Amino acid sequence: MTVSTKARPVADVSPPARRPWLTNRRRRQLIGVAVVAPAVVVVTIFFLIPLVMTFWMSLHDWPLLGAHKFVGLANYRRAIHDQQWLNAVLFTLKYTLLITPVLLITALALAFLVNRRGTAARAFQSVFFLPVVIGFAAAAYLWLYLAQPSLGPLSDLAVHFGLTSRDTNWFATATSGLLLVSAMVTWKVTGMQMILLLSGLQSIPGELTEAARIDGAGRFAAFRHITLPLLRPTLALVLVFSVAGSLLAFDQFYIMTAGGPSNGTITAVYQIYRVSFINFELGYGAALSAMLMVALAAVSALQMLLLRKTDHS
Amino acid sequence: MKTFADVRRTLPRAAWWIACLCVSLVVLYPIYMMVSQSLKSSAESTSNPPTLYPHTFSVDNYRSLGNTGQFGIWQHVLNSVVVAAGSTVLTVALATLAGYGFARLRFRGSGLLFFVILATFMIPFQAIITPLFSILHDLGLGNTLLGLTLVYTTFQLPFGIFLMRNSFASLPASIEEAALIDGCGYLKAMARVMLPVAIPGLISTALFTFFTSWNEFFAALILVTDEAKFTLPVTLTVLATNQLGTLNWGIMQAGVAVTAVPCIVLYLLLQRYYVAGLVAGAVK
Repeated sequence: MTVSTKARPVADVSPPARRPWLTNRRRRQLIGVAVVAPAVVVVTIFFLIPLVMTFWMSLHDWPLLGAHKFVGLANYRRAIHDQQWLNAVLFTLKYTLLITPVLLITALALAFLVNRRGTAARAFQSVFFLPVVIGFAAAAYLWLYLAQPSLGPLSDLAVHFGLTSRDTNWFATATSGLLLVSAMVTWKVTGMQMILLLSGLQSIPGELTEAARIDGAGRFAAFRHITLPLLRPTLALVLVFSVAGSLLAFDQFYIMTAGGPSNGTITAVYQIYRVSFINFELGYGAALSAMLMVALAAVSALQMLLLRKTDHS
Repeated sequence: MKTFADVRRTLPRAAWWIACLCVSLVVLYPIYMMVSQSLKSSAESTSNPPTLYPHTFSVDNYRSLGNTGQFGIWQHVLNSVVVAAGSTVLTVALATLAGYGFARLRFRGSGLLFFVILATFMIPFQAIITPLFSILHDLGLGNTLLGLTLVYTTFQLPFGIFLMRNSFASLPASIEEAALIDGCGYLKAMARVMLPVAIPGLISTALFTFFTSWNEFFAALILVTDEAKFTLPVTLTVLATNQLGTLNWGIMQAGVAVTAVPCIVLYLLLQRYYVAGLVAGAVK
């Protein structure tokens, strides 16, 4: 903010040649600083400072009210022995391992299905993408209703197909709860991955696969040796989005299973939420956040690595 | 032989249609059920087994939304509109200025600064929510819609700046030079000449920010604790708990519809920009 007020009068000086140091080039740069400044100020206050503070807070015993005191790495030592945190991490990994291949395969199948010219294919693309624009909270409450025992339409369908009995409660065990949440997430997120993969598919020149087919390659061989390698950057990208999103899961479990039954579906972010904003142990919560951040940075680094590898081959 | 060839040509086509229609059914079924349930009378909405369509058509659930919770749904719709519109306007304004600066008015260190801002992409706000809560509190922005708006703006800015920088950078320098020769200042040149060409990027930025802010749940749940200031997603938790112990699924789904339908309509109207922005952002 201070930069922009300082620079504005400079911009209004009409003949810039009057002062020797204010060359056209310098004027251009000053205006550059001025237009970039507001965004930089906002990002600094609400991103960079909290980022540094996360690590700072994690070294303290930091209650919501009252004084905080430096405790060194005690919070981290506590975390690696904290059974609740370890369970949350384990559950998050389990969820990620379950949902990632399901999403990727479904999205890939849909992308191949709608990868055509014509109005019909475009209309189906729009339909398949529709759940993406509904928020996670709304989608979770919608599916919570669909899966209610006895009065939910989805439970009713399952009874009609003879899959479950009328009083089966899908929220009674952590495993069925996890499967149900995964079904909801698949419904909501697949469209997003489909669109990304579709844009990857459409950037592959059609002549390449055609040439391979003319040379006698089967449909599968053409897919395996032409399409898949060329799709690798997009696949890597989608994979990283998907893994990062799953590691950060919160809304769907908070709403649909409330972390239950018997804390069986608490994710990492959910545990951070409970530590920081229910127990108000902000210092410990920050330490858990810092650990999560390192994990996510590792995922991002892996993305870079995967993408670079594809650039060279 | 002719009929055989016909079958060979039409069969895959028919299979394609059947496959697509089946997937559409799965995708649209929950959305249909949401609308259907919200239009049932309260007796019908708890019937076991559930009905497929409203036999007793009624808009009572939407009427009841007006006096659920302490404040009624309209207060929360207004909150959501204020936050989503506020962060959209703020993000578009800041991202346009900064995008123009990073693309056209380079200065020493601007490349590094751009990289730092893009790094925000990699760290999600869930990981820094604890200090964010303290900082908002210290600034007197804790528990306010303005605080929430600023947080949403911050986390949409990197994407917006990236999109706008690319839009401006793809324009030939000659148009801008022509405007400058005609006597425009830099900002005037941007507004008059560059901005009209960058409109698609701008709409994508605006749409993304609006959708994200409208739907965001986690930060809204933590940073706003006063029920009068709840945005719609958090209000749904009130609908789920405040029904005197028994949950009214009709009213609940009416609440879900009020939250979801504006996004669906907006998407159907402007999907061209939405998908283009998505793909442009992903191919960075």
